[in-house]
This record gives sequence, structure tokens and C-alpha cells, in this order.
Amino acid sequence: MSDNSSDEELAPDWIPYRQRSDWADVTPIEQDDGENPVVVISYSEKFKDVYDYFRAILASSEKSTRALELTRDALRLNAANYTVWQYRRDILKALGCNLQQELQYIDDVISDNPKNYQVWHHRRVIVEWLNDPSDELRLTESVLSMDSKNYHAWQHRQWAIKTFNLYDNELEYVDRLISEDVRNNSAWNQRFFVLKHFGFTPEVIQREIQYAVNRIRLIKNNESVWNFLGGILHDGGASISQHEEVLAFCEELYNNNVRSPYLIAFLIDLCQEKCLREENAESREALGRRVAELCDGMIREHDVIRKKYWQYVVDSFQLKLNRLKANNDGERNDGTS
Amino acid sequence: MAFIVNDVDISAAEPKELLFDKHVEYIANHGNDQNDFEYCMTEFLRMSGIYWGVTALDLMQQLEKLDRKSIVEFIKKCQCPTSGGVAACEGHDPHMLYTLSAVQILCIYDCLDQIDVAGVARYVASLQQPDGSFFGDKWGEVDTRFSFCAVAILTLINKLDVINVPKAVEFVMSCCNADGGFGSKPNAESHAGLIYCCVGFLSITNQLHRLDCEKLAWWLCERQLPSGGLNGRPEKLPDVCYSWWVLASLTIMGRLHWISSDKLKVFILSCQDTDTGGFSDRTGNLPDIFHTLFGLGALSLLGHDKLLKVNPTFCMPQYVLDKLKINTQIISV
Ligand SMILES: [Zn+2]
Repeated sequence: MSDNSSDEELAPDWIPYRQRSDWADVTPIEQDDGENPVVVISYSEKFKDVYDYFRAILASSEKSTRALELTRDALRLNAANYTVWQYRRDILKALGCNLQQELQYIDDVISDNPKNYQVWHHRRVIVEWLNDPSDELRLTESVLSMDSKNYHAWQHRQWAIKTFNLYDNELEYVDRLISEDVRNNSAWNQRFFVLKHFGFTPEVIQREIQYAVNRIRLIKNNESVWNFLGGILHDGGASISQHEEVLAFCEELYNNNVRSPYLIAFLIDLCQEKCLREENAESREALGRRVAELCDGMIREHDVIRKKYWQYVVDSFQLKLNRLKANNDGERNDGTS
Repeated sequence: MAFIVNDVDISAAEPKELLFDKHVEYIANHGNDQNDFEYCMTEFLRMSGIYWGVTALDLMQQLEKLDRKSIVEFIKKCQCPTSGGVAACEGHDPHMLYTLSAVQILCIYDCLDQIDVAGVARYVASLQQPDGSFFGDKWGEVDTRFSFCAVAILTLINKLDVINVPKAVEFVMSCCNADGGFGSKPNAESHAGLIYCCVGFLSITNQLHRLDCEKLAWWLCERQLPSGGLNGRPEKLPDVCYSWWVLASLTIMGRLHWISSDKLKVFILSCQDTDTGGFSDRTGNLPDIFHTLFGLGALSLLGHDKLLKVNPTFCMPQYVLDKLKINTQIISV
């Protein structure tokens, strides 16, 4: 929950604020835990020293270079303290500080605390103040090279791309990440984000189907790419079964004895949709049997943990199918009478 | 054919029963026994820490183990008289997250009148943006978590009419992805914690019909791993808190039975610390109060007989919401 930064992170030659002559004019303010504290605590000395002085400058609204330095110490002890970040911004603004320098400082803090909400937010505010996103793709790339699924870094990257229109080379970057780890769901999501921006033309849909198919050939049991493929077909406005080549590809895998639950789930979707559109009664029966068989395989062997889900799928499919049959029979009877 | 999955192994030695008394002790002593450093480090989320402890104990019907009076006093001191919002701790700035925690605690203690409720409503309304989204505080971070907090707070204090609900719904729906899930903002990756916020949001605002339940519930079911635990995103490890978020979302959508409850129970019980009490994020790790609440909450959703029924949307005991006459929408299949 909290970062495990150690109490000793301040430099070894560090002097407590209480002993500093240039801080002698400030009276530290202790944390008031009240008469009946919820929990009895004794703060560590260093922490107490820094935060007692922080409370003092906060109370007197002091905005000075030394106050800026003090926030740095306070954040080194606890980078998640949002109040310190906020006050730091107040000081930066009041003093008209060099914000490029601040970006460099944030780089360091982010590399120590890459999953900290506050520091990413601080970054965004400073980039907005500067109206200069030139370093954001590099920064997020470097964080993502350590953890390719870091949610904060992806959010920040999307924000920078969207706000400053930096879409142009993003597909190349995403392609590189997917090549490194084809299961990286965040990278697939980013791919979708970029494609959506440029629009799903028939050419794009065709290209992306091929892209996904090639990655599935590499690793079959990859949830991310199957979801991506479904999204491309769906958001492209085409119904899944309109792309016969996708069905042919899935059948090919299945015939080659691939039994990934994601493949079978996809096949079930395709067959259901195709079946409910099929005009020919015999073909419809055959597709219906196929759906039931595939679901049965999931229930009994390939996805036992979710067997109740598959039972639900097959049951509600049967209902739809029966309703369809009843309607068709009704129409036929109307026609002959 | 076996496929490789990121998962944990649960050894036979892990606990299989709920260590009820141990957890009561763990939560009641939380803070007293904590080392100072840990306590200092969590100051910025103290209000939520208290909510986690209070709710967990209430679900175990042991609420009297905490000192109600001092907790209420603490909350009163954390409300900002100008903005009306509540801070994590005295001396901090108010924030939507801690305002929700404070309101939840006061509802459990049945003493909402101890703070300036109109001020809370004013604070939440002030954070809504023209596109319907919400800032977390005056600094302008936007996230679907804050949309959830906003409607949850306002419903608990019976003031939902102070915001533009249709706009708020529009924003949340704009965060829905092709896989049926939701992220923190439009186009952000689907994430179980944020799905919980969005599904909870829609259940509070009576808009569950906007969900593609089949698709979303399927994505959520896919979060269950062979160990029985649930993860928050594809390829991530299982985690007790994600187990709660996924399970609560499925419960709201009436599809809890689509996953294996038995296996999930085994996973959650294996995350108990047999020495100190408390739950950790996953088998073998150190416990914390956050995962302790969500472990107990998930077990309650699964119908554990030693725990009170929890409300899946608010993560508070159901009787509290009944008393306040708050009905959240739940789909029955
Ligand atoms: Zn967790």
C-alpha cells in the first residue's frame, strides 16, 4: 500500500531543521492528535522534524526557496502526501521557478515511485503550465520499459498524445511492445486507442485482422489478442460472421487440435451469430449442434471453472433458436393458408 | 493441453477456515501495534484506513471494539469549513476519496448530523466538470473513481439532485471499452477496480441497462485463475482486493454464479495471516487493513455465515443501507 522507502533516505550529512540557523525564525508545529487519539503513536524523529516544519510554513503560507527545499525533503520521506505536492505547486507558481528544472526533478521522483498517483498528477500540471509535451513520450517509454503495464504511465501517455496530438509514431511504438511481449494487454489497448483516433476504414480492419491473426499463430492462448480481434470486428461495424476468413482461421486452429478456451469462446460466438442468421433449416440445425458441442467441451474439459457461464450461454442460445424456429414456422403457415 | 498462466500455488498448509478472532484482534489493534514509520507513511489515507477497519469490524458484529467517540471527533476535525470536503487527516486538503470514507463511517455510526452535510454536497457539486466527469480535488485529476465517489456520497446523504446526473452518466459510459470493461478515463485500459466503480456508479444511478452485461460479465469471469483467485487485468497475478471488485461487480450484474465460488473461497482464506490475523493481497504476503476488509467483504458476498451481509455497491453492511432506505439497483438473471 505504501512505498517501502526507508527512513534513512535523506543524506547522511543531513541536519535536522531544528538545528539549522537559517530556520531559527520558524516555530515548528506538532501534529495535534487530540486528547483521545484514535491511535497512539510516536513519530520517527526525522519524519517529525521535517513535517513539524512543513506544518509551520503551511500555517504561515511561507513561499520561499527554503520552503521549496523543505517540500523536497518532505516528499522524499513520503511521496504520496498530496498536500505537500499541492503546496509545492503553490510555491513554484509564487516564485516563478524554472519549470524545466522541475520536470527533471519529477523524472527522478517518478523513477523511484512509478506507481504514485500524486507525482504523475504533478507532472501533468507542470507540463500543462509549460505547454510543452516534448519529453513526455520519452519519460513514459522509459517507465514502461521497467513495467510495461504501469497504469499511471499509460494514462499519462494517452493524455499527452490526446492533448498535444502526438499520434503519428505511436503505432510503431506499440508494435515494438507487442513484439517484445505479445500478451501485453496495455499495449493492445493502446493500439486500439490509436486506431480509433484514425478511424476504422475497411482497409484498416482488414490489416488489423491480419495483424491479430499473425499474433495468434504465435501464441494461441492469449486473451488480449482475442479481445482485440473481437473489438476490431465489433467497432468496425461489421458483424463477426461477415468476415468469413476469421471463421476459416478459427476452424483451422480447431482442426489442428488447438483447444485454447479463448479460441473456443470465439468460435462459439461466431457459430451462434451465423446460426441465428442462417436461412437454410438444415445448415441452421448443424450450426446449432456445433454451438452445443463446443459449449459442452468447455463445461466438461476446457473451461471447467466457468462451467456455469457456459451452461448459461448454451441455454440462452437454445431459447433464441427455438423462438426463431417458432417464428419461421408461423410465417410459413401464414404463407400457405 | 496445458497453457501457462500467471498464478499462485496454494499449499495444503494454508488456512481453510475463517480466523475470526484473529481478525478482530488485528483490526482493533491496528495503529496501536503498528510501527511508527508505517503509521507516518499512511497519514495521507488515514480516513480511508478508519473506514476499512470500522466496516470490517461491523461486518463481524464487533464494532464496539473501536472508540466511536474519538473517531467521530477525528472526522469533524477533518472537514474543511470553507470547501465542505473532508481530508484524510487534519492538516491535509480535502479530497473526494476521504469525503466518501468519512460519510461511510458516519452512516455506520448513524450520526451524519455530526458534520456539515450541506457542505459535503456543496463540495461534491463543485468538483463536477462540464463533460460530466469529476475532479478528485481542486487540482483537477479526473478518474471514474471520483464519479463513483460523487454519487455514492450524495446518495448516502440524500442529495443526489445537486449534480447533473445525466451528464455524469454520459461521462462514465464514454469510458466503456470494446471489451465491455471500463478504465479510468475514455480509452484507458479496462481494469477491474475501475469496472467496479463504473458498475457501482450505474447501480446507484439506476442505469444498469446501459451495460453490455454479457460481454462485461464474461470479461470479469475471465479474471478467475486456476488457483481460484481473481486478477484485475489479463496476465496479472490474483489479488484479494480484485477478488472483491470483480465479485461485487458480478453480484450487481446478477452473475456471481458464473465463477467458481468454492475455488475463490479457498484462495481468499489462504490469504489470511495465521500469526497476526488480517488478510494479505495474495497467499504468503504480509497482511494489511485494506485487504482485510476486501477479503471479509468478498467472503460475505459468498454468503459466509459468520459475517453480516455486505452491500456490493457501497461496501458497507446491508443493514446500514436498509436503515437509510437506500436501494441500489441489482440485476437478477
Ligand atoms: Zn490488492
